[in-house]
Amino acid sequence: MTGDDIRIAVLEILGDIAPDEDLGELKDDVSFRDQLDMDSMDFLDIVMELRKRYRVQIPEEEYQQLASMTSTVAYLVPLMKDIEK
Amino acid sequence: MNGLERIVIENGAQRGPSSVGIGAEFMYDTIIIGAGMSGLAAGIRLAHYDQRVCVLEKHWAVGGLNSFYRQGGRSYDVGLHAMTNFTPKGTRKGPLARLLRQLRFSWDDFSLAPQIGSTIAFPGIQLDFSNDFRLFEEEAARHFPKQVDGLRSMVGELVDYNDLGLGTTSGSAREFVSQHITDPLLVEMIFCPLLFYGGARERDMEFGQFCIMFRSIFLEGFARPLAGVRLILKRLVRKFKDVGGELRLKSGVDRIETNDNGHAECVILEDGTELTAKNVLSSAGWRETMRLCRAPDEHNESPAGQLSFIETISVLDREPKTFGHDRTIVFFNDSDKFCYEKPDSLIDVRSGVICSPNNFVYDDPLGESMIRITTLANYDHWNALDERQYQLAKFAAYDQTLESAVRFTPDFRNYVIDTDMFTPTTIQRFTGHENGAVYGAPDKRYDGTTHLDNVFVCGTDQGMLGIIGSIVSGITIANRHLFTT
Repeated sequence: MTGDDIRIAVLEILGDIAPDEDLGELKDDVSFRDQLDMDSMDFLDIVMELRKRYRVQIPEEEYQQLASMTSTVAYLVPLMKDIEK
Repeated sequence: MNGLERIVIENGAQRGPSSVGIGAEFMYDTIIIGAGMSGLAAGIRLAHYDQRVCVLEKHWAVGGLNSFYRQGGRSYDVGLHAMTNFTPKGTRKGPLARLLRQLRFSWDDFSLAPQIGSTIAFPGIQLDFSNDFRLFEEEAARHFPKQVDGLRSMVGELVDYNDLGLGTTSGSAREFVSQHITDPLLVEMIFCPLLFYGGARERDMEFGQFCIMFRSIFLEGFARPLAGVRLILKRLVRKFKDVGGELRLKSGVDRIETNDNGHAECVILEDGTELTAKNVLSSAGWRETMRLCRAPDEHNESPAGQLSFIETISVLDREPKTFGHDRTIVFFNDSDKFCYEKPDSLIDVRSGVICSPNNFVYDDPLGESMIRITTLANYDHWNALDERQYQLAKFAAYDQTLESAVRFTPDFRNYVIDTDMFTPTTIQRFTGHENGAVYGAPDKRYDGTTHLDNVFVCGTDQGMLGIIGSIVSGITIANRHLFTT
């Protein structure tokens, strides 16, 4: 998967977690916490959805890498580059 | 399925039916006892993440404390009058928003209609409140001008209290409130709705419970789906099945078999069926769960809840608004002191809760007109009656309850076309709660753990209250203990 594919994958996860949010307006470099009021339970869900859908394991000490879309994609590219879209 | 079903323990099995040989041989990651709000919510979380989950329900219907039934062609809700913790669409914080995200629901899925407005009615004084806290503040300022600063400082303190109910919560709520509010009448008026809608112990609440209840009722608010509680239950059941969960109705649990290492090995149903799972999550209540585990006495010393209720349901031939009653809920008490205690008689009609399911802001009118009235009741007295005495006592209690309530609402008794009623013994039968204690045991188990390393509790006795609270309880305990990786 490329960075663009991963961005779409993360958007899909966010859309499932928060179906009432308009993610078309999402700013990639602003944190999810500030834009969507996401809390630690939501971040855990992103991690678990990534594991469920793509078998990507993210250790707890690296959850902070998922702060914004930009940082999430940058963090996931090496982990997901060999995954078929 | 007759006789014993031997279910194979298969550590490490993650997903998919692990059929081995002939017959049904299954293994679950998690068995959940009770298809109430908390059990179903936990089931959705776990099944969504590919656990094999089975929810066992003793009755033929889901819902537990919050359920519904049909009688004489009419649909009746049982359980809470209104959903508390209501926040409008687009709100991102608070228990409702959290549970929608955690269970992947959209706000619209619950079709919630907010309340019109509610009232706390004491002799000669009424405090109105709505889903906008400013109304309550104004009302308090008008009737208790010297107390409003105290009310504000109290709200300022409890607003940040951890709403997962997992923090330190002990301490008396009355002590906390009295540090801020010095007029005993206002204190009683604040406690009246909170105790009626969540008081597991007499007179007082734990500080943590008070914070949760105050926020859910005064700072968030009341709402109801047009179709009632059954809509929320239907959504939960459908979601649970959609994510692959298994729901077994009429499957009461006889016992949880444990070994000497503090570990549950299997769950035995009342019909003898044996089921195994890595973890068991029980929403049956603390003492009830300890009994299922045949736990040693030291784990079951905490007292049983004592507070139970009756509820009268009156079907009317006209909408309450047509005779001047637009209140969603009226919490009434006929003296300056509110006695939230187990009564010495069958019922205590000095106080009560009058709910009008019609008085929510629906898009379409509710088909039926109803008024439901709840008062405190004594389980032991109701349970001691024989069948004939019980039927007579119900009639008498119905009349006494309405006679008392119409002191605080327009008299609607001439418009009643059908009635029903439930008592503490009904509650005991449907919830399994000892003594028909609606809000369970007085001591809560916030962390959800037991003396067994793979048995956990959620629901009323974990400490969350109301429909939303129960759902959050199931989610929280599932997240915390049942996602072992």
